[in-house]
Amino acid sequence: MDHETPEELLYSANHEWLRRDAGSPDEGTIGITDFAQDQVGDVVYLDLPAEGDAVTAGERCGEIESAKTVSDLYSPVSGEVIAANGALEDQPELVNSSPYNEGWMIRVRIADEAELDALLDAAGYRAQLPED
Amino acid sequence: MAGSDHSGSNGVLTRLALHDRHEALGARFAPFAGWEMPLQYEGIVGEHHAVRERVGVFDVSHLARAWVEGPDAAALLRSVTTFDVTTLPVGKAHYSLYCTEDGGIEDDIFLYHLPGDRWLVIHNAANADKDFERLRAVAGDAASEVTPETVMLAVQGPEAVALLSSVLGDGFAGLEQRDCAELDWNGTSVLVARTGYTGEDGGECIVGADHAPALWDAFTEGGATPAGLGARDTLRLEAALPLHGNDIDTTTHPYEAGLGFAVTLDDGAPFTGREALVEAKAQPRTRRLAHLVAKERGVLRAHYAVHEPGTEEPVAHLTSGAFSPSLRLGVGMAYLPVRLAKPGVTLEVDVRGRALPVEVVRRPFYRKPKD
Repeated sequence: MDHETPEELLYSANHEWLRRDAGSPDEGTIGITDFAQDQVGDVVYLDLPAEGDAVTAGERCGEIESAKTVSDLYSPVSGEVIAANGALEDQPELVNSSPYNEGWMIRVRIADEAELDALLDAAGYRAQLPED
Repeated sequence: MAGSDHSGSNGVLTRLALHDRHEALGARFAPFAGWEMPLQYEGIVGEHHAVRERVGVFDVSHLARAWVEGPDAAALLRSVTTFDVTTLPVGKAHYSLYCTEDGGIEDDIFLYHLPGDRWLVIHNAANADKDFERLRAVAGDAASEVTPETVMLAVQGPEAVALLSSVLGDGFAGLEQRDCAELDWNGTSVLVARTGYTGEDGGECIVGADHAPALWDAFTEGGATPAGLGARDTLRLEAALPLHGNDIDTTTHPYEAGLGFAVTLDDGAPFTGREALVEAKAQPRTRRLAHLVAKERGVLRAHYAVHEPGTEEPVAHLTSGAFSPSLRLGVGMAYLPVRLAKPGVTLEVDVRGRALPVEVVRRPFYRKPKD
Protein backbone atom coordinates (compact mmCIF):
# COMPACT_ATOMS: atom_id res chain seq x y z
CA MET A 1 0.00 0.00 0.00
CA ASP A 2 1.31 3.45 -0.89
CA HIS A 3 1.48 5.91 1.95
CA GLU A 4 1.78 9.65 1.50
CA THR A 5 5.04 11.24 2.62
CA PRO A 6 4.95 14.96 1.74
CA GLU A 7 8.35 16.25 0.63
CA GLU A 8 8.30 19.43 2.71
CA LEU A 9 8.11 17.66 6.10
CA LEU A 10 10.68 16.22 8.48
CA TYR A 11 10.12 12.77 9.94
CA SER A 12 11.13 10.70 12.95
CA ALA A 13 11.82 6.98 12.90
CA ASN A 14 8.86 6.71 15.32
CA HIS A 15 6.56 7.86 12.48
CA GLU A 16 5.91 11.41 13.60
CA TRP A 17 6.16 14.34 11.19
CA LEU A 18 7.17 17.93 11.84
CA ARG A 19 6.24 20.92 9.69
CA ARG A 20 8.17 24.19 10.06
CA ASP A 21 6.12 27.19 9.17
CA ALA A 22 7.79 29.78 6.95
CA GLY A 23 6.38 32.64 9.03
CA SER A 24 7.65 31.40 12.40
CA PRO A 25 10.63 29.14 11.90
CA ASP A 26 11.09 28.43 15.60
CA GLU A 27 7.69 26.75 15.71
CA GLY A 28 6.78 23.31 14.45
CA THR A 29 3.54 21.41 13.95
CA ILE A 30 3.60 17.72 14.83
CA GLY A 31 1.45 14.76 13.88
CA ILE A 32 1.74 11.10 12.91
CA THR A 33 2.41 9.89 9.39
CA ASP A 34 0.03 8.31 6.92
CA PHE A 35 1.86 5.01 7.48
CA ALA A 36 1.41 5.34 11.25
CA GLN A 37 -2.32 6.11 11.11
CA ASP A 38 -2.78 3.14 8.80
CA GLN A 39 -0.92 0.88 11.22
CA VAL A 40 -2.81 1.92 14.35
CA GLY A 41 -6.20 1.85 12.60
CA ASP A 42 -9.28 3.86 13.54
CA VAL A 43 -8.22 6.47 16.11
CA VAL A 44 -10.88 6.85 18.81
CA TYR A 45 -9.21 8.99 21.49
CA LEU A 46 -6.07 11.08 21.95
CA ASP A 47 -4.35 12.10 25.14
CA LEU A 48 -2.23 15.06 24.05
CA PRO A 49 0.01 17.34 26.10
CA ALA A 50 -1.50 20.71 27.05
CA GLU A 51 -0.39 24.19 26.11
CA GLY A 52 2.64 25.08 28.23
CA ASP A 53 3.81 21.50 28.72
CA ALA A 54 7.43 20.73 27.94
CA VAL A 55 8.21 17.91 25.52
CA THR A 56 11.53 16.20 24.92
CA ALA A 57 12.84 14.81 21.64
CA GLY A 58 12.33 11.04 21.45
CA GLU A 59 10.26 10.90 24.64
CA ARG A 60 6.65 9.95 25.14
CA CYS A 61 4.35 12.97 25.19
CA GLY A 62 0.91 11.49 24.61
CA GLU A 63 -1.21 8.48 23.74
CA ILE A 64 -3.10 7.47 20.66
CA GLU A 65 -5.97 5.09 21.34
CA SER A 66 -7.28 3.23 18.32
CA ALA A 67 -10.11 0.74 18.14
CA LYS A 68 -7.66 -2.09 18.56
CA THR A 69 -4.68 -0.80 20.52
CA VAL A 70 -3.01 2.05 22.38
CA SER A 71 0.19 3.60 21.01
CA ASP A 72 2.55 6.20 22.41
CA LEU A 73 3.09 9.56 20.78
CA TYR A 74 6.72 10.65 20.87
CA SER A 75 7.84 14.18 20.30
CA PRO A 76 10.34 14.53 17.45
CA VAL A 77 11.80 17.68 19.06
CA SER A 78 12.25 19.29 22.47
CA GLY A 79 10.35 22.42 23.34
CA GLU A 80 7.21 23.94 24.77
CA VAL A 81 3.71 23.05 23.57
CA ILE A 82 2.00 26.19 22.28
CA ALA A 83 -1.19 24.51 21.02
CA ALA A 84 -2.95 21.13 20.88
CA ASN A 85 -5.49 20.33 18.20
CA GLY A 86 -8.82 20.68 20.02
CA ALA A 87 -10.73 19.42 16.98
CA LEU A 88 -9.43 15.93 17.71
CA GLU A 89 -11.46 15.77 20.93
CA ASP A 90 -14.67 15.37 18.96
CA GLN A 91 -13.19 14.10 15.72
CA PRO A 92 -10.21 11.84 16.48
CA GLU A 93 -10.84 10.19 13.11
CA LEU A 94 -9.24 13.25 11.45
CA VAL A 95 -5.92 11.57 12.28
CA ASN A 96 -6.92 8.81 9.85
CA SER A 97 -8.58 10.89 7.17
CA SER A 98 -6.11 13.81 7.12
CA PRO A 99 -2.92 12.84 8.96
CA TYR A 100 -0.85 15.76 7.59
CA ASN A 101 -3.41 18.55 7.80
CA GLU A 102 -6.59 18.50 9.88
CA GLY A 103 -5.22 15.61 11.94
CA TRP A 104 -2.24 17.56 13.31
CA MET A 105 -1.70 17.02 17.04
CA ILE A 106 0.46 19.68 18.68
CA ARG A 107 2.42 22.84 17.87
CA VAL A 108 5.73 23.25 19.65
CA ARG A 109 8.18 26.12 20.16
CA ILE A 110 11.41 24.40 19.18
CA ALA A 111 14.04 24.68 21.92
CA ASP A 112 17.10 23.52 20.00
CA GLU A 113 17.19 23.77 16.24
CA ALA A 114 20.18 21.41 16.13
CA GLU A 115 17.84 18.54 17.06
CA LEU A 116 16.20 18.84 13.66
CA ASP A 117 19.37 17.44 12.08
CA ALA A 118 18.55 14.09 13.63
CA LEU A 119 15.23 13.93 11.76
CA LEU A 120 14.75 12.36 8.35
CA ASP A 121 13.72 13.98 5.11
CA ALA A 122 10.88 12.41 3.10
CA ALA A 123 13.22 10.20 1.07
CA GLY A 124 15.02 9.04 4.18
CA TYR A 125 11.74 8.26 5.94
CA ARG A 126 10.36 6.38 2.95
CA ALA A 127 13.54 4.33 2.79
CA GLN A 128 13.05 2.98 6.30
CA LEU A 129 9.38 2.05 5.89
CA PRO A 130 8.76 -1.68 5.62
CA GLU A 131 8.18 -2.78 2.05
CA ASP A 132 4.65 -3.93 1.42
CA MET B 1 -0.17 -4.02 16.84
CA ALA B 2 -2.44 -5.70 19.27
CA GLY B 3 -4.74 -8.64 18.78
CA SER B 4 -5.16 -11.70 20.90
CA ASP B 5 -2.58 -14.27 20.01
CA HIS B 6 -3.68 -17.75 20.95
CA SER B 7 -1.69 -19.44 18.21
CA GLY B 8 -0.33 -22.87 18.88
CA SER B 9 3.15 -23.33 20.26
CA ASN B 10 4.41 -24.39 16.85
CA GLY B 11 3.36 -21.00 15.51
CA VAL B 12 1.87 -22.46 12.32
CA LEU B 13 -1.42 -20.76 11.56
CA THR B 14 -4.31 -22.39 9.76
CA ARG B 15 -5.60 -20.37 6.82
CA LEU B 16 -9.29 -19.93 6.24
CA ALA B 17 -10.80 -21.56 3.15
CA LEU B 18 -11.81 -18.03 2.07
CA HIS B 19 -8.36 -16.51 2.78
CA ASP B 20 -7.96 -15.27 -0.81
CA ARG B 21 -11.35 -13.54 -0.68
CA HIS B 22 -10.31 -11.72 2.51
CA GLU B 23 -6.92 -10.79 1.13
CA ALA B 24 -8.47 -9.38 -2.05
CA LEU B 25 -10.71 -7.21 0.15
CA GLY B 26 -7.63 -5.73 1.83
CA ALA B 27 -7.97 -7.60 5.13
CA ARG B 28 -5.40 -7.16 7.90
CA PHE B 29 -4.84 -10.57 9.42
CA ALA B 30 -4.05 -11.48 13.01
CA PRO B 31 -3.35 -14.81 14.68
CA PHE B 32 -6.24 -16.04 16.81
CA ALA B 33 -6.40 -19.48 18.42
CA GLY B 34 -4.11 -20.91 15.77
CA TRP B 35 -6.00 -19.37 12.84
CA GLU B 36 -4.95 -16.54 10.55
CA MET B 37 -8.06 -14.41 10.92
CA PRO B 38 -9.18 -11.15 9.29
CA LEU B 39 -8.89 -8.53 12.05
CA GLN B 40 -10.32 -5.75 9.88
CA TYR B 41 -10.86 -4.76 6.26
CA GLU B 42 -11.57 -1.03 5.84
CA GLY B 43 -11.53 -0.31 9.57
CA ILE B 44 -13.01 -1.57 12.82
CA VAL B 45 -15.24 1.43 13.51
CA GLY B 46 -16.76 1.51 10.01
CA GLU B 47 -17.39 -2.24 10.09
CA HIS B 48 -18.98 -1.91 13.52
CA HIS B 49 -21.39 0.79 12.32
CA ALA B 50 -22.18 -1.18 9.15
CA VAL B 51 -23.41 -4.05 11.34
CA ARG B 52 -25.36 -1.78 13.70
CA GLU B 53 -26.98 0.21 10.89
CA ARG B 54 -27.15 -2.16 7.89
CA VAL B 55 -25.59 -5.60 7.53
CA GLY B 56 -22.15 -7.16 7.82
CA VAL B 57 -20.70 -10.60 7.08
CA PHE B 58 -18.07 -12.30 9.23
CA ASP B 59 -16.04 -15.40 8.41
CA VAL B 60 -16.17 -17.28 11.71
CA SER B 61 -14.86 -20.57 10.39
CA HIS B 62 -12.39 -20.70 13.27
CA LEU B 63 -15.26 -21.69 15.55
CA ALA B 64 -14.96 -25.43 16.10
CA ARG B 65 -17.86 -27.55 14.89
CA ALA B 66 -18.65 -31.11 15.90
CA TRP B 67 -21.55 -33.47 15.32
CA VAL B 68 -23.02 -35.77 17.93
CA GLU B 69 -25.44 -38.18 16.33
CA GLY B 70 -27.68 -41.08 17.21
CA PRO B 71 -30.62 -41.91 19.46
CA ASP B 72 -28.53 -41.32 22.59
CA ALA B 73 -27.11 -37.98 21.43
CA ALA B 74 -29.32 -35.77 23.61
CA ALA B 75 -28.67 -37.85 26.73
CA LEU B 76 -24.92 -37.90 26.05
CA LEU B 77 -24.86 -34.14 25.61
CA ARG B 78 -26.93 -33.68 28.75
CA SER B 79 -24.20 -35.45 30.72
CA VAL B 80 -21.48 -32.97 29.69
CA THR B 81 -23.28 -29.65 29.35
CA THR B 82 -25.18 -27.41 31.78
CA PHE B 83 -28.38 -26.80 29.83
CA ASP B 84 -31.05 -29.51 29.69
CA VAL B 85 -30.78 -30.17 25.97
CA THR B 86 -33.32 -33.01 26.18
CA THR B 87 -36.05 -30.32 26.29
CA LEU B 88 -34.76 -28.53 23.18
CA PRO B 89 -37.15 -29.15 20.25
CA VAL B 90 -35.92 -30.22 16.84
CA GLY B 91 -35.07 -27.13 14.81
CA LYS B 92 -33.97 -25.05 17.79
CA ALA B 93 -30.54 -23.80 18.88
CA HIS B 94 -29.51 -22.97 22.46
CA TYR B 95 -26.58 -21.53 24.37
CA SER B 96 -24.95 -23.75 26.99
CA LEU B 97 -21.75 -24.26 28.98
CA TYR B 98 -19.17 -26.90 29.64
CA CYS B 99 -18.15 -26.75 33.28
CA THR B 100 -15.38 -28.35 35.29
CA GLU B 101 -16.21 -30.55 38.29
CA ASP B 102 -15.65 -27.39 40.35
CA GLY B 103 -18.30 -25.50 38.42
CA GLY B 104 -15.80 -23.31 36.52
CA ILE B 105 -16.63 -22.52 32.91
CA GLU B 106 -14.48 -24.57 30.54
CA ASP B 107 -16.23 -23.18 27.46
CA ASP B 108 -19.44 -21.59 26.30
CA ILE B 109 -21.07 -23.37 23.39
CA PHE B 110 -24.05 -23.40 21.05
CA LEU B 111 -26.12 -26.51 20.42
CA TYR B 112 -28.23 -27.01 17.27
CA HIS B 113 -30.87 -29.75 17.36
CA LEU B 114 -31.44 -31.07 13.84
CA PRO B 115 -33.82 -33.74 12.55
CA GLY B 116 -32.77 -37.39 12.81
CA ASP B 117 -31.14 -37.18 16.27
CA ARG B 118 -28.33 -35.01 14.96
CA TRP B 119 -26.77 -32.29 17.10
CA LEU B 120 -24.25 -29.76 15.92
CA VAL B 121 -22.12 -28.27 18.69
CA ILE B 122 -20.18 -24.99 18.25
CA HIS B 123 -17.05 -24.59 20.39
CA ASN B 124 -14.63 -21.69 20.79
CA ALA B 125 -11.55 -22.14 18.62
CA ALA B 126 -9.14 -21.86 21.54
CA ASN B 127 -10.88 -24.78 23.28
CA ALA B 128 -11.47 -26.93 20.21
CA ASP B 129 -9.28 -29.88 21.16
CA LYS B 130 -10.30 -30.30 24.77
CA ASP B 131 -13.97 -29.71 23.95
CA PHE B 132 -13.92 -32.39 21.30
CA GLU B 133 -12.19 -34.74 23.73
CA ARG B 134 -15.03 -34.10 26.17
CA LEU B 135 -17.56 -35.18 23.55
CA ARG B 136 -15.46 -38.16 22.46
CA ALA B 137 -15.18 -39.33 26.06
CA VAL B 138 -18.94 -39.80 26.33
CA ALA B 139 -20.05 -40.28 22.73
CA GLY B 140 -17.12 -42.16 21.18
CA ASP B 141 -17.51 -42.48 17.43
CA ALA B 142 -20.94 -40.80 17.59
CA ALA B 143 -18.95 -37.55 17.83
CA SER B 144 -17.17 -36.23 14.75
CA GLU B 145 -15.36 -32.98 13.92
CA VAL B 146 -16.33 -31.01 10.83
CA THR B 147 -14.35 -27.79 11.25
CA PRO B 148 -11.86 -28.02 8.37
CA GLU B 149 -14.34 -29.15 5.71
CA THR B 150 -16.91 -26.45 6.31
CA VAL B 151 -17.01 -22.68 6.41
CA MET B 152 -19.12 -20.71 8.88
CA LEU B 153 -20.37 -17.24 8.01
CA ALA B 154 -22.28 -14.88 10.29
CA VAL B 155 -24.55 -12.30 8.64
CA GLN B 156 -25.60 -9.70 11.19
CA GLY B 157 -27.43 -6.39 11.33
CA PRO B 158 -30.89 -4.89 10.92
CA GLU B 159 -30.88 -5.79 7.20
CA ALA B 160 -29.40 -9.28 7.76
CA VAL B 161 -32.62 -11.30 7.79
CA ALA B 162 -33.74 -9.69 4.53
CA LEU B 163 -30.38 -10.45 2.92
CA LEU B 164 -30.26 -14.02 4.23
CA SER B 165 -33.82 -14.57 2.99
CA SER B 166 -33.04 -13.17 -0.45
CA VAL B 167 -29.93 -15.33 -0.79
CA LEU B 168 -31.19 -18.54 0.84
CA GLY B 169 -34.88 -18.26 0.03
CA ASP B 170 -38.09 -18.86 1.94
CA GLY B 171 -36.45 -21.53 4.06
CA PHE B 172 -34.60 -18.83 5.93
CA ALA B 173 -37.40 -16.28 5.84
CA GLY B 174 -39.59 -18.67 7.86
CA LEU B 175 -37.13 -19.03 10.74
CA GLU B 176 -37.85 -17.53 14.16
CA GLN B 177 -35.17 -16.43 16.65
CA ARG B 178 -32.82 -19.34 17.47
CA ASP B 179 -34.41 -21.66 14.92
CA CYS B 180 -32.02 -23.81 12.92
CA ALA B 181 -32.52 -25.76 9.71
CA GLU B 182 -30.78 -27.33 6.74
CA LEU B 183 -31.63 -25.66 3.46
CA ASP B 184 -30.88 -26.52 -0.15
CA TRP B 185 -28.93 -23.78 -1.86
CA ASN B 186 -27.50 -24.07 -5.37
CA GLY B 187 -27.44 -27.84 -5.14
CA THR B 188 -25.76 -28.03 -1.74
CA SER B 189 -26.93 -28.14 1.86
CA VAL B 190 -26.49 -25.08 4.05
CA LEU B 191 -27.03 -25.32 7.78
CA VAL B 192 -28.55 -22.07 8.98
CA ALA B 193 -29.55 -20.69 12.35
CA ARG B 194 -31.03 -17.38 13.40
CA THR B 195 -28.25 -16.75 15.90
CA GLY B 196 -25.24 -14.47 16.30
CA TYR B 197 -22.81 -12.72 18.59
CA THR B 198 -23.34 -9.03 17.91
CA GLY B 199 -26.59 -8.03 19.63
CA GLU B 200 -28.20 -7.68 16.20
CA ASP B 201 -30.68 -9.85 14.38
CA GLY B 202 -29.25 -12.11 11.71
CA GLY B 203 -28.07 -15.61 11.15
CA GLU B 204 -25.17 -17.97 10.86
CA CYS B 205 -24.56 -20.36 7.97
CA ILE B 206 -22.40 -23.45 7.68
CA VAL B 207 -21.57 -24.64 4.18
CA GLY B 208 -19.07 -26.99 2.56
CA ALA B 209 -15.78 -25.26 1.81
CA ASP B 210 -16.23 -25.89 -1.94
CA HIS B 211 -19.45 -23.86 -2.02
CA ALA B 212 -18.29 -21.23 0.46
CA PRO B 213 -16.83 -18.71 -2.03
CA ALA B 214 -20.15 -18.50 -3.87
CA LEU B 215 -22.07 -18.00 -0.63
CA TRP B 216 -19.62 -15.32 0.59
CA ASP B 217 -19.95 -13.54 -2.76
CA ALA B 218 -23.74 -13.72 -2.60
CA PHE B 219 -23.67 -11.94 0.76
CA THR B 220 -21.12 -9.29 -0.18
CA GLU B 221 -22.71 -8.64 -3.57
CA GLY B 222 -26.04 -8.43 -1.76
CA GLY B 223 -24.72 -5.51 0.29
CA ALA B 224 -23.09 -7.04 3.37
CA THR B 225 -19.96 -5.21 4.55
CA PRO B 226 -17.12 -7.65 5.29
CA ALA B 227 -16.34 -7.34 9.00
CA GLY B 228 -13.41 -8.75 10.96
CA LEU B 229 -12.64 -9.95 14.46
CA GLY B 230 -12.02 -6.38 15.65
CA ALA B 231 -15.61 -5.31 14.99
CA ARG B 232 -16.90 -8.65 16.23
CA ASP B 233 -15.26 -7.90 19.58
CA THR B 234 -16.64 -4.35 19.95
CA LEU B 235 -20.11 -5.54 18.87
CA ARG B 236 -20.25 -8.43 21.30
CA LEU B 237 -18.91 -6.26 24.10
CA GLU B 238 -21.59 -3.59 23.52
CA ALA B 239 -24.15 -6.41 23.64
CA ALA B 240 -22.54 -7.56 26.95
CA LEU B 241 -21.92 -11.03 25.54
CA PRO B 242 -19.03 -12.68 27.40
CA LEU B 243 -15.91 -13.89 25.62
CA HIS B 244 -14.50 -17.15 26.93
CA GLY B 245 -10.88 -16.72 28.01
CA ASN B 246 -11.56 -13.07 28.94
CA ASP B 247 -14.83 -12.69 30.84
CA ILE B 248 -15.46 -16.31 31.70
CA ASP B 249 -13.06 -19.19 32.31
CA THR B 250 -12.48 -22.09 34.67
CA THR B 251 -12.04 -19.65 37.60
CA THR B 252 -15.53 -18.15 37.15
CA HIS B 253 -18.87 -19.88 37.68
CA PRO B 254 -22.03 -19.31 35.64
CA TYR B 255 -24.02 -17.53 38.37
CA GLU B 256 -21.51 -14.80 39.05
CA ALA B 257 -21.08 -14.37 35.28
CA GLY B 258 -24.81 -13.79 34.79
CA LEU B 259 -25.16 -17.03 32.86
CA GLY B 260 -27.52 -18.88 35.18
CA PHE B 261 -30.03 -19.07 32.31
CA ALA B 262 -27.73 -21.61 30.64
CA VAL B 263 -27.76 -23.98 33.65
CA THR B 264 -30.60 -26.44 34.33
CA LEU B 265 -30.58 -27.97 37.79
CA ASP B 266 -34.26 -28.73 38.42
CA ASP B 267 -34.38 -31.76 36.12
CA GLY B 268 -32.06 -33.52 38.58
CA ALA B 269 -30.00 -35.00 35.74
CA PRO B 270 -26.31 -35.42 36.42
CA PHE B 271 -23.76 -33.47 34.36
CA THR B 272 -20.15 -32.48 34.81
CA GLY B 273 -20.01 -29.76 37.48
CA ARG B 274 -23.59 -30.18 38.71
CA GLU B 275 -22.77 -30.71 42.39
CA ALA B 276 -20.54 -27.65 42.53
CA LEU B 277 -23.16 -25.56 40.73
CA VAL B 278 -25.93 -26.66 43.11
CA GLU B 279 -23.75 -25.41 45.94
CA ALA B 280 -22.73 -22.22 44.12
CA LYS B 281 -26.33 -21.37 43.39
CA ALA B 282 -27.29 -21.81 47.06
CA GLN B 283 -24.45 -19.62 48.33
CA PRO B 284 -24.71 -15.84 48.37
CA ARG B 285 -22.68 -14.31 45.54
CA THR B 286 -19.38 -12.73 46.56
CA ARG B 287 -18.83 -11.02 43.22
CA ARG B 288 -20.69 -10.41 40.02
CA LEU B 289 -19.68 -9.61 36.44
CA ALA B 290 -20.47 -5.91 36.22
CA HIS B 291 -20.66 -3.55 33.28
CA LEU B 292 -18.75 -0.28 33.40
CA VAL B 293 -19.05 2.85 31.25
CA ALA B 294 -16.43 5.60 31.31
CA LYS B 295 -17.76 8.95 32.46
CA GLU B 296 -14.99 10.88 30.72
CA ARG B 297 -13.11 10.47 27.48
CA GLY B 298 -10.81 7.50 27.46
CA VAL B 299 -10.60 3.88 26.46
CA LEU B 300 -10.95 0.91 28.79
CA ARG B 301 -8.90 -2.18 28.03
CA ALA B 302 -8.71 -5.69 29.46
CA HIS B 303 -6.51 -6.10 32.58
CA TYR B 304 -6.74 -2.45 33.70
CA ALA B 305 -7.22 -2.18 37.48
CA VAL B 306 -10.55 -1.01 38.96
CA HIS B 307 -10.45 1.00 42.20
CA GLU B 308 -12.84 2.51 44.66
CA PRO B 309 -12.14 6.26 44.42
CA GLY B 310 -9.14 7.22 46.51
CA THR B 311 -8.04 3.69 47.41
CA GLU B 312 -4.79 2.01 46.48
CA GLU B 313 -5.79 -1.63 46.35
CA PRO B 314 -7.74 -2.57 43.22
CA VAL B 315 -11.15 -4.19 43.76
CA ALA B 316 -10.99 -5.92 40.36
CA HIS B 317 -9.39 -5.92 36.93
CA LEU B 318 -11.25 -5.48 33.67
CA THR B 319 -11.90 -8.77 31.90
CA SER B 320 -12.73 -6.97 28.64
CA GLY B 321 -12.64 -3.36 27.57
CA ALA B 322 -12.88 -1.28 24.43
CA PHE B 323 -13.99 1.98 22.97
CA SER B 324 -17.67 1.54 22.14
CA PRO B 325 -18.22 2.98 18.66
CA SER B 326 -21.99 3.19 19.27
CA LEU B 327 -21.75 5.00 22.63
CA ARG B 328 -18.49 6.80 21.75
CA LEU B 329 -17.31 5.96 25.27
CA GLY B 330 -15.01 3.47 26.91
CA VAL B 331 -16.83 0.35 28.14
CA GLY B 332 -15.64 -2.70 30.06
CA MET B 333 -16.56 -5.60 32.28
CA ALA B 334 -15.14 -6.70 35.63
CA TYR B 335 -16.03 -9.04 38.49
CA LEU B 336 -16.87 -6.59 41.27
CA PRO B 337 -17.64 -7.37 44.91
CA VAL B 338 -21.46 -7.54 45.11
CA ARG B 339 -21.63 -4.38 47.23
CA LEU B 340 -20.15 -2.46 44.25
CA ALA B 341 -21.80 -4.36 41.40
CA LYS B 342 -24.86 -2.11 41.42
CA PRO B 343 -25.99 0.31 38.71
CA GLY B 344 -25.02 3.86 39.58
CA VAL B 345 -21.92 3.01 41.63
CA THR B 346 -18.95 5.15 40.59
CA LEU B 347 -15.46 3.67 40.49
CA GLU B 348 -12.14 4.50 38.87
CA VAL B 349 -10.15 2.60 36.28
CA ASP B 350 -6.39 3.04 36.15
CA VAL B 351 -5.85 3.93 32.48
CA ARG B 352 -2.07 3.83 32.28
CA GLY B 353 -1.68 6.04 35.33
CA ARG B 354 -4.78 8.20 34.85
CA ALA B 355 -7.77 7.60 37.15
CA LEU B 356 -10.73 7.44 34.75
CA PRO B 357 -14.14 7.62 36.47
CA VAL B 358 -16.53 4.85 35.44
CA GLU B 359 -20.10 4.02 36.38
CA VAL B 360 -21.70 0.61 36.83
CA VAL B 361 -24.61 0.22 34.40
CA ARG B 362 -27.19 -2.44 33.58
CA ARG B 363 -26.33 -4.74 30.68
CA PRO B 364 -26.26 -4.49 27.74
CA PHE B 365 -24.28 -1.36 26.93
CA TYR B 366 -26.08 -1.04 23.61
CA ARG B 367 -29.68 -1.92 22.91
CA LYS B 368 -31.20 -1.96 19.44
CA PRO B 369 -33.63 0.89 18.84
CA LYS B 370 -37.22 -0.38 18.87
CA ASP B 371 -38.92 -0.58 15.48
